[in-house]
Amino acid sequence: MTQATTDQIWEWLDAVSDPEIPVISVVDLGIVRGVDWDKETLEVSVTPTYSGCPATSIIALDIETALLNRGIKDVRIKTQISPAWTTDWLSEKGRAKLEDYGIAPPRAAGGPDRCPRCKSQALERISQFGSTPCKAQWRCTDCLEPFDYFKCI
Amino acid sequence: MIPDQKDDALFQYLLRLGDNTLVLGHRVSEWCGVAPALEEDIALANTALDLIGQTQMWLGFAAEVEGKDRNADELAFRRDVWDFRNLLLVEQTNGDFGKTIMRQFLFDAFNVLNLRALSKSSDKRIAEIAAKSVKEVEYHLERSRETVIALGDGTEESNKRMQAALDRLWPFAGEMFVIDDVDTAMFDSGIGPDLAVLRKDWDAIAIPVFNAAMLTKPDSDFAHQGGKSGNRHTEHLGHMLATMQFLPRAYPNARW
Repeated sequence: MTQATTDQIWEWLDAVSDPEIPVISVVDLGIVRGVDWDKETLEVSVTPTYSGCPATSIIALDIETALLNRGIKDVRIKTQISPAWTTDWLSEKGRAKLEDYGIAPPRAAGGPDRCPRCKSQALERISQFGSTPCKAQWRCTDCLEPFDYFKCI
Repeated sequence: MIPDQKDDALFQYLLRLGDNTLVLGHRVSEWCGVAPALEEDIALANTALDLIGQTQMWLGFAAEVEGKDRNADELAFRRDVWDFRNLLLVEQTNGDFGKTIMRQFLFDAFNVLNLRALSKSSDKRIAEIAAKSVKEVEYHLERSRETVIALGDGTEESNKRMQAALDRLWPFAGEMFVIDDVDTAMFDSGIGPDLAVLRKDWDAIAIPVFNAAMLTKPDSDFAHQGGKSGNRHTEHLGHMLATMQFLPRAYPNARW
């Protein structure tokens, strides 16, 4: 069997969902930092989002499983902490999907610009933290719905 | 300095970094499920999670430097009190929510400054871990600073409690800036920052917050010591380790 091209592999990885936010892929999230063949071994470099995020090990396992299912025999997951992950690496596609899913995408201003549901700009922060390390809790004061905001780091 | 001594100083230094985050991370996690409001519960649990994540990096590197075939888990769960190198401040009990937040603020302000400096460390691995951690810790400081001000400049009761927390914890703040042989060795080799400079920068963060929070900084500069050197921890650490280490000690090598 000929080796899959790295372009092909990136495409496969773009089908691997984030375990906590399944609408976006690990590629959208910007945590896959490199895909390289080392002879017969495929090395995938992954960077953690938050250093204590419990999803990190699940993500590594999901990536490995997806690639094994595609017929790649030997996969090595390399954890790479530098340069540190930043929400700037979230893809445009990922940002749009987050908003559709009801999670306001990160902004350098430090808060969401509109309610992901009714698009109102009348917002208030409930908590700087949320259900996962990457999110904070906000509320729309027009439609009154609380929503998650993807923290900008 | 001969190589062995330098490695030992580096090992001690990494233990200090990792034990601070481990002990504070565990302390903060004790609030999980019992914090005064759901939002605070989540905030504290997330803060603890960041700190535990950072511990894995610091103690993981410490174990490699030590070269005795131990890993981060073994360092965390199989050392006893006298081998811990955390600051006395972070092992202090949670007390009420005000004391927990005050302890967090005093440490966060130090931690941010220390990590900013360490992200320029001559040791590449330390610089990488610090650059990763500081992004999380800046966020912790933003929250603890705001909360100290909100509670200090809140009701008569909340102000009284925040002042009591500051008075109680103040004698433990000075140890962050005590310079010993390990700090000097790290500074001389470009690994660690000058703690005297850090003290000035810390004052520049902390004092305006105390003022905004209507709190009076205690006059005394007396500082309890013995945490980071390991010479003498407070009685609280042993009790905390008894809880934290129970499972891996009762069931050695148990796997998830």
